[in-house]
Amino acid sequence: MIPRPKTETSVGAPPQPSGRGVRLHSENAVTAQLIRFEGFGKSFGTAKAPMVATRGIDLEIARGEFITIVGPSGCGKSTLLNATAGIFAPTEGRVLYGGVPVAGYNQRVGYMTQSDHLLPWRKVDANIALPLEIQRRPKAEIARRVEELIELVGLTGFGNSYVSQLSGGMRKRCALARLLAYDPDTLLMDEPFGALDAQLRLAMQVQLRNLCTRLNKTVLFVTHDIDEAVALGDRCVVLTGRPGMVREIVTIDLPRDRNLYRLRSNRQYIAATDHLWSLLAPDAAREEGEETP
Amino acid sequence: MNRQIITIWAIRLALLGGLLAVWEGGAGILFDPYFVSRPSEIAEQFWGLLASGRLFYHAGITVVEALAGFVCGGLAGTAVGILLGRNELLGRALDPVILIFYSLPKIALAPLFVIWFGIGIEMKVILTGTIVFFLVFLNTYTGVRGVSRELVAIMKLMGARESDLLTKVVLPSVVTWVFTGLKLSVPYALIGALVGELIAANRGLGYLLSDAAGQFNTSGVFAAILAIIILAVLLNLAVREFERRMMPWQAGQYDREMSI
Repeated sequence: MIPRPKTETSVGAPPQPSGRGVRLHSENAVTAQLIRFEGFGKSFGTAKAPMVATRGIDLEIARGEFITIVGPSGCGKSTLLNATAGIFAPTEGRVLYGGVPVAGYNQRVGYMTQSDHLLPWRKVDANIALPLEIQRRPKAEIARRVEELIELVGLTGFGNSYVSQLSGGMRKRCALARLLAYDPDTLLMDEPFGALDAQLRLAMQVQLRNLCTRLNKTVLFVTHDIDEAVALGDRCVVLTGRPGMVREIVTIDLPRDRNLYRLRSNRQYIAATDHLWSLLAPDAAREEGEETP
Repeated sequence: MNRQIITIWAIRLALLGGLLAVWEGGAGILFDPYFVSRPSEIAEQFWGLLASGRLFYHAGITVVEALAGFVCGGLAGTAVGILLGRNELLGRALDPVILIFYSLPKIALAPLFVIWFGIGIEMKVILTGTIVFFLVFLNTYTGVRGVSRELVAIMKLMGARESDLLTKVVLPSVVTWVFTGLKLSVPYALIGALVGELIAANRGLGYLLSDAAGQFNTSGVFAAILAIIILAVLLNLAVREFERRMMPWQAGQYDREMSI
């Protein structure tokens, strides 16, 4: 366990666009348990030749927690997200959401992948309106919320652009606004910023972390980037190589309102990344060994 | 950039002019005008057709046949493509039937259609429609199958029903594929209409063509071919313009500077 810093000086994150009037949340951080994996395991393939992706996962996630998930490639990181979303059923054990086993598409979660899956034939505002249209909200309400969301993610002035006219970062913002539009409790994010350059990625990380803290969203965030896992997470779940099992759950000892711009030299941050490296490096070395026999 | 365009047009005109000059000058010396005619004679015939109004009459018939077949086949192809694309069981069950009909050159059905529907305009519309149907159907089917399953899952998490998926994702994303099918179909629609007319008709550009050939009027044949080429180019341009209007989100993509 890394000692809690006494001299932590990360004062407030940079100013955020005002979320005034955005009815996206607002209970105070409740520490009730929201998601629970009990002996969760998932195999793919046929009964004769099953490919075990994950096995024996026990994990409890509290409402409002930001969980990052790292592990060697193919260890079933995404499997945890898919099971939480109810896209497939567990082969072993069960996944509880709000105390109830997940059965079928779990509409209290939102999913974001590396590909933003925006609709190219819709303009930015219409893309953000998509989940609201699906929920048959009144037109006036949709227009109002879309406007608020555009401001919230910092896309003001781009509502009338086609997605193909946006830069990579703006597309991510648009996808994030669409995700927040229908106000899911939990955001499932599968390497959402994987394709962005370092600067843009940092900006998106700051924005995501701030929004989620403010809106008290629970987040499961899969990444292959150790720095990202530490910078964003309240806790980081480290999985073993296939079949993926929990190797360790690392509590990241950084404050909830951390300043991501100043982490580089933060001692706790450095210690946590070092620790994650030491957990993952042996696997990485073995993988390399397999590739070059 | 502008200079380049001028150069390109200069090359085109030079080639065309050269070809026409060799054709005109060589006829009677290099080759027998009985078989290849002369540009001047073809132009004369073409002008005659144009002035007498015969060209417009016959071209009008062919256009109606091609367009009617194009629209009917296109609509049916889109509808069936979406139906089979969204209904995996039905799609798989009908797979052999699709393959058989796809492999069959549709022109081979022409004599059968003559027996069934006579030699009137209906037979050409149905022949054209059959050809267009398969091209549009296959493209639509592939497009519907290609809709990202990830996107569908993400939308179901938002609470989307099948009707939402259909109207908000499948139909708009299929537009691109339908147009690919339609663009492919333009020459085939003309083939359908013309073959129908060649086999049995007393109207249309195909009739004009076979009539001239029957009289060994080479200039008339070339004049008819010229009319067919013009018609095909116009149809292609019309589909492209229609596509541009139907997919405004693609407008900027051609204008932007190329980059990788």
